Amino acid sequence: MLEKMDIERLDAEAVNSQKQRQVLYAPRKKIFPKRASGGFRRFKWLIMAITLGIYYLVPWLRWDRGDYAPDQAVLIDIANRRFYFFFIEIWPQEFFYVAGLLVMAGLGLFLLTSTVGRAWCGYTCPQTVWVDLFLVVERAIEGDRNARIKLDKEPYSPRKLVLRTTKHVIWLLIAVATGGAWIFYFADAPTLLVDVFTGQAEIVAYSTIAFLTATTYIFGGLMREQVCTYMCPWPRIQAAMLDEASLTVTYNDWRGEPRSRHAKKSAAQGAVVGDCVDCNACVAVCPMGIDIRDGQQLECITCALCIDACDGVMDKLGRERGLISYTTLNDYNANMALATAGGTQPIDPARVRTPDGKLAATLRHISLASFLRLRTLLYAALWSLVGIGLVYALVTRDRLDVNVLHDRNPQFVMLSDGSVRNGYTLKILNMIAKPRVMAVRIEGLPQSSVAIAGIEAQGDGSFLVPVEPDRLRSLKVFVTQPRHVADEQVQTFRFVIEDTKGPETKTYTATFQTPGGSK
Amino acid sequence: MHDPHKDPHLDELSGVSTTGHEWDGIKELNNPLPRWWVVSFYACIVWALVYTVFYPAWPLLTSATTGVLGYSSRADVRSELAAAEAARSGYVAAIKAADMQQILADETLRNVATAAGSAAFKVNCIQCHGSGAQGSKGFPNLNDDDWLWGGTSEQILTTITHGVRAPEDADTHVSEMPAFGDILKPDEIASVAMFVADLSNGTGFPEETAPGAQIFAQNCASCHGDRGEGNQEMGAPNLADSLSLLVDGEEAIAAQIRAPKHGVMPAWGGRLGDVTVKELAAYVYSLGGGK
Repeated sequence: MLEKMDIERLDAEAVNSQKQRQVLYAPRKKIFPKRASGGFRRFKWLIMAITLGIYYLVPWLRWDRGDYAPDQAVLIDIANRRFYFFFIEIWPQEFFYVAGLLVMAGLGLFLLTSTVGRAWCGYTCPQTVWVDLFLVVERAIEGDRNARIKLDKEPYSPRKLVLRTTKHVIWLLIAVATGGAWIFYFADAPTLLVDVFTGQAEIVAYSTIAFLTATTYIFGGLMREQVCTYMCPWPRIQAAMLDEASLTVTYNDWRGEPRSRHAKKSAAQGAVVGDCVDCNACVAVCPMGIDIRDGQQLECITCALCIDACDGVMDKLGRERGLISYTTLNDYNANMALATAGGTQPIDPARVRTPDGKLAATLRHISLASFLRLRTLLYAALWSLVGIGLVYALVTRDRLDVNVLHDRNPQFVMLSDGSVRNGYTLKILNMIAKPRVMAVRIEGLPQSSVAIAGIEAQGDGSFLVPVEPDRLRSLKVFVTQPRHVADEQVQTFRFVIEDTKGPETKTYTATFQTPGGSK
Repeated sequence: MHDPHKDPHLDELSGVSTTGHEWDGIKELNNPLPRWWVVSFYACIVWALVYTVFYPAWPLLTSATTGVLGYSSRADVRSELAAAEAARSGYVAAIKAADMQQILADETLRNVATAAGSAAFKVNCIQCHGSGAQGSKGFPNLNDDDWLWGGTSEQILTTITHGVRAPEDADTHVSEMPAFGDILKPDEIASVAMFVADLSNGTGFPEETAPGAQIFAQNCASCHGDRGEGNQEMGAPNLADSLSLLVDGEEAIAAQIRAPKHGVMPAWGGRLGDVTVKELAAYVYSLGGGK
């Protein structure tokens, strides 16, 4: 049957199969993933296009912020310690927004993993995306799996040398572009691009490109699945994140086993045969080089390419798709119980089929209920809570901030007429990209007078302080009070800073110190 | 199963060959180090040897090899200092060219001069005037508005440049209060001390200070002024304000009248140069007492 159906049996074996398992430090077993095609593969192309598109193009987006701020939509301005994200500008002391985003990313990863398993690993992780991209290049130059295996075994010939060199050169070009794109997030992209090519850019720009070129080339081209298996902690963490209701890529052995290479012959001889024809298509397409039929395992990044491969074979065989599928452990166990009569018998696929050969209606499939459970709802609630908190904090945040540092040495100065003077460093933060004039005055200190170096007092005793756009202005303020006005050693009063053209007002409670007790 | 002719030292249990040595029946397995480790190890050795060629490394009897790159961390510091100097040079030139009024009127220049002056103050001045310029007995507090030799920025600059009673500077501030112990009788000194104490108490003058007031008018007013307001031309302190530099109390005032103590401050102009002295003046002025 298999021969007639034109299904190629591939000579593929999992790199981590029982037979091959060996000591650490053993040389890597080369993996030559075969091209897969199907729904998941198309989905991965789409994700790849979107993620790479975001990565390469975002620094080139422009966003008009007026005359006093850069017009790059996303910019991490390290020199001036400002972070721009479209309409949001973040100062260093507001970096907790980024911490909040990281908390959300963490919770989001928990939520994602507890529902759809290692979707991050399989679809969006940069390692996966770039390895996929590098494999596209490899296939285009050296051919698909069999051609690559053949080429690998060949002794070096001019042809092999040309193919290999071309591949590595293109990989390096991609790697340089990857490292190159990164630096544009940290400076004005069009200017930096010119600077980079004319040798005018900072040394840190070139070293960053060099470093990221090296990591991209080594991780994406040379190390590939080893990064996931040996270097990345997430495969270990996921063991704690998955539960029996999480979707994982699963080989449904309750309908696949016993697998048979000669299904028809075996069936004719009266043997029990499952749907799996042992064609190894699932192993051949696996970028991790594993056999999903060995069960859920550390190496599996759930990229679902084996599902595509197997579905293709099932289509050819005229069987139902889904011999390998996204399944929860709960569903799998229920279906397994059906196929083994509650675990009392060996697997008999006949038990999961109706007499006319269709899959039984009693089989369990993906349901919405597997997504909606206390755990995932809790993750979703926490995630939303942090998100709402961040949005609230962002919407209500101050764009005018004030800090007052009382002089500590000396804490107060006695003047010749017996009055007492205190010195303060007043810092006014104008956190918008427009120049503003702030009115500064004090409240709550009887008979006091104020002097600010370099600024004349207004008639009402306040001071008009111009502050540059997006800058901090530091002022030396002297407050004087005649002696014997107050008995206390420490009096509290308020600095009031008002935006003369806007609604923002900021007060800061400060203390006034005197020798005290000598009234 | 192993072939004993091939590897005579194979350990049966683990399938790993041994070193061939045996101690009381205990053998040591010969597990090779991972290749990446060995390669890194030798690479480090090679790196170290190459490094010693390029950088100062091998000790000789009285010196060390300098390395073909000629690197030295002192030269690094020198070039960094030179770069810092170069970066400041624009401001330094501007401060050099400007007078105190211009420096204080220009916000950038004032900030630069004040910051530089603050640094210079912490090196040269805090030994007497204190880290907060708050002074101490005999050493003036520079924060307040009581000045012996004048509190305008130009006067502060002059005082810092030429010092007070500094023997090394011909233009230094000089004045000397006579030792009235040789001139006045002890009871006259006591009564004038009582009068001076009341000057700064600000509580008015009782009957018994009248003789002191008369002695003050005859002997002290020529320098300290009719009402004890002082004279900055000759560094005569204001005796009427509520601050006193040296003494508190009648007895201490009397002691000062008998045998006066005089402060001395070095002339900094020659030691620190024009620019630093201007920066110091700007800093002292910025402390809040400047006129």
